[in-house]
Amino acid sequence: MNEEFTDIWAFLAASPLLWLTMTLVVFQVALWLHRQLGGSMILHPVLIAMALLISILLLTGTDYDTYFEGAQFIHFMLGPATVALAIPLYEHRHQIRQLLLPLLVAGVAGALVAAISAVLVAALLGADPLTLLSLAPKSVTSPIAMGIAEKIGGLPSLTAALVLLTGAIGCLLSPLLIRLLGIRDDRVKGFALGLSAHGFGTAQAFGISATAGAFAGLGLTLAGVMTAFLLPPVTPWLPGLLP
Amino acid sequence: MLQAIILILLCQLAGEITVLLLNLPVPGPVLGMLLLFGGLLWYGQMPPALKHFSDTLLRHLALLFVPAGVGLMAHFSLVARDWLPLLAALVISTALALVVTMLVLAALIRAQDRP
Repeated sequence: MNEEFTDIWAFLAASPLLWLTMTLVVFQVALWLHRQLGGSMILHPVLIAMALLISILLLTGTDYDTYFEGAQFIHFMLGPATVALAIPLYEHRHQIRQLLLPLLVAGVAGALVAAISAVLVAALLGADPLTLLSLAPKSVTSPIAMGIAEKIGGLPSLTAALVLLTGAIGCLLSPLLIRLLGIRDDRVKGFALGLSAHGFGTAQAFGISATAGAFAGLGLTLAGVMTAFLLPPVTPWLPGLLP
Repeated sequence: MLQAIILILLCQLAGEITVLLLNLPVPGPVLGMLLLFGGLLWYGQMPPALKHFSDTLLRHLALLFVPAGVGLMAHFSLVARDWLPLLAALVISTALALVVTMLVLAALIRAQDRP
């Protein structure tokens, strides 16, 4: 019986099916746990799922490459999801045209400040160059951020975790900053939330109003596109990365 | 549904090929997104199947980050070494990005409303 179990485990552990199914099941559990815990932004379902899956892999002595054999089918969908961001962008095209110049200028300013200040602070505190490269695209929505990290030589998986933390931090800080700056325009609140805290910020903006949500979606997409074009050429000159 | 999947994959494929051919620094799917956006502007309306597929995909966006996020287990030593610079960088840069974006956009909208 015990031997039979070992045989079955040996078969399952090496097949993509087990880790594909496990990822989906664990994510479902993480969603449920997240709701049970009151829907806090810091304990995002993705962070819960990551912690659970890493624990399972460590406990069963499975290496990441074996896990990824199965999980790659989910990972692959990041590319199509990035392409699909064109659809919300198209749906907001009238609002974009109306405020094209202000949005572009504010978008470039915000995206550059996010990337450069992150790298600057981490470099001053002595972070590893590999950490800096993974940190630079962290304000952008994950599928794009991971693509950029790969392009500039960072670690996409570290970037993925940093993107999620950025989203959580943005949601925590934004109510305070909005009050401090006395911002009343929902378009401004939404755009800044989407730009600096991507999907998390967009979700929070929809809680403010539908207009804020639409502009957050816009901020998310613009930040992604602009960072994808601006960051790779700028990267070699960032502090801490100068040869 | 099938047509929507084909359209999105074709855009991504075209994006990836263009990036490889022209040696661009941009991720291929980002170019694919711009291609699809341009195509939609040219077509002038939203095919319902495409809208439906993208809504489904984007609703489950969070799930798609999980496999890469689990890869963090391979970089424990880097995170253990750099956790303080990382945390400081995330908090400070996110606050700065929010403040700069809100101030610049609010000022420019005021300027545009009062020509």
